[in-house]
Amino acid sequence: MAEPPIFGKLADGTQPHYLHPEYRSSVKRAPTRPLIVLPHTLSERTGPVFGQDMVRESDRDLTAQHTGEPLGERIVISGRLLDEGGKPVRGALIEVWQANAAGRYKHKMDQHRAPLDPNFNGFGRTLTDAEGRYKFISIKPGAYPWGNHANAWRPAHVHFSIFGAGLLSRLVTQMYFPGDPLLAYDPIYNCIPDEKAKQGLISMFDWENTSPEFALGYRFDIVLRGRDATPMEK
Amino acid sequence: MSHVPTPSQTVGPFFSIGLSALCRPGIECAGEKGNRVTIRGRILDGDGEPVPDALLEIWQVDHVSNEPYQGEQTIERRKTLPFGFGRIATNECGEFQFSTRKPAAGQKDGMIYAPHLAVLVLMRGLLRHLVTRIYFAGEAANEQDMVLKLVPAERRETLLAMPSPDGDNDLRWDIHLQGDRETVFFEV
Repeated sequence: MAEPPIFGKLADGTQPHYLHPEYRSSVKRAPTRPLIVLPHTLSERTGPVFGQDMVRESDRDLTAQHTGEPLGERIVISGRLLDEGGKPVRGALIEVWQANAAGRYKHKMDQHRAPLDPNFNGFGRTLTDAEGRYKFISIKPGAYPWGNHANAWRPAHVHFSIFGAGLLSRLVTQMYFPGDPLLAYDPIYNCIPDEKAKQGLISMFDWENTSPEFALGYRFDIVLRGRDATPMEK
Repeated sequence: MSHVPTPSQTVGPFFSIGLSALCRPGIECAGEKGNRVTIRGRILDGDGEPVPDALLEIWQVDHVSNEPYQGEQTIERRKTLPFGFGRIATNECGEFQFSTRKPAAGQKDGMIYAPHLAVLVLMRGLLRHLVTRIYFAGEAANEQDMVLKLVPAERRETLLAMPSPDGDNDLRWDIHLQGDRETVFFEV
């Protein structure tokens, strides 16, 4: 087996703190004791590698899982999966899930008074190609209310789950849409201290991948924790 | 490092839509070594309330060969989950259960590794996942494990799966997110 990568430290401010009181659910779930710094062993430097046969080509089209088409504005989300050094992350599993165009999830706990769409499940998955590229076809999710504070609304978003080269690069995140006025009020989006990192969560409108007569394109490049350029201190 | 890493965001309350397709009650490992063990437990929040919307991801490697459990699997023709990987959601009572083969102790570069499983904890309320480990109570190698040694002695028990009255291969391990028995979580 090839020597597993050695991972560097993530730059300060690019990741949220566990406790972010503005996000109410964090208060009773964030750890209160200091975390213990874990030396990176094989258990962290390696991670699951998913097989090509686990993902079908059709799994990346969220609009094609039923005989009818879902309601909403059709979109193409595409981008590249890179590490911090700019190297493509190949063959990585990306799973996505989202609300429908009316802002309702197909989940028994979602009580939002908005219609379900019988033609929309709201999930997909794919593997990145040799250049780290991925592409999903979907519909633009709606904003929806939640109980965090008075008149709280989540900005439209798509959930992403990504497995990189090792457990240390595991990332679960959310992709937002440009120009969404709700972003300014969202404690989840605003939990990221570093402004540039935070803005990396917002996709860009993408003319190049906008399909004539079919769908609007959005580009979302994802950067995973990467190999350390300098050997880690022992 | 020229690119800014993408920040983590919470998995939210509705992750099962996207992530449950890969949930399995048993972790497969190459070979027949190691007892098959079942680990069950609960996840409790700062009020002692069970967490019904949490997800665990387990990863274990073979510390004898110092490699992931690859066995005969090849990436091109793999229809099952990778060996050594598990994903388990809690039920409405905050309980989880999975089975796996107990890994062996190993060593590398003069360091002793007691048998352990790497664990990621994801849920609504966690803006990034938590990292912890499951060790096995009564393992002689625990005394020399380089990671357990970093944990204050009085907190080590939070990382130990304990045998239950149901048998030595039926283990119990709870996660306390906060409180007197707060589980040890790691910064990686």
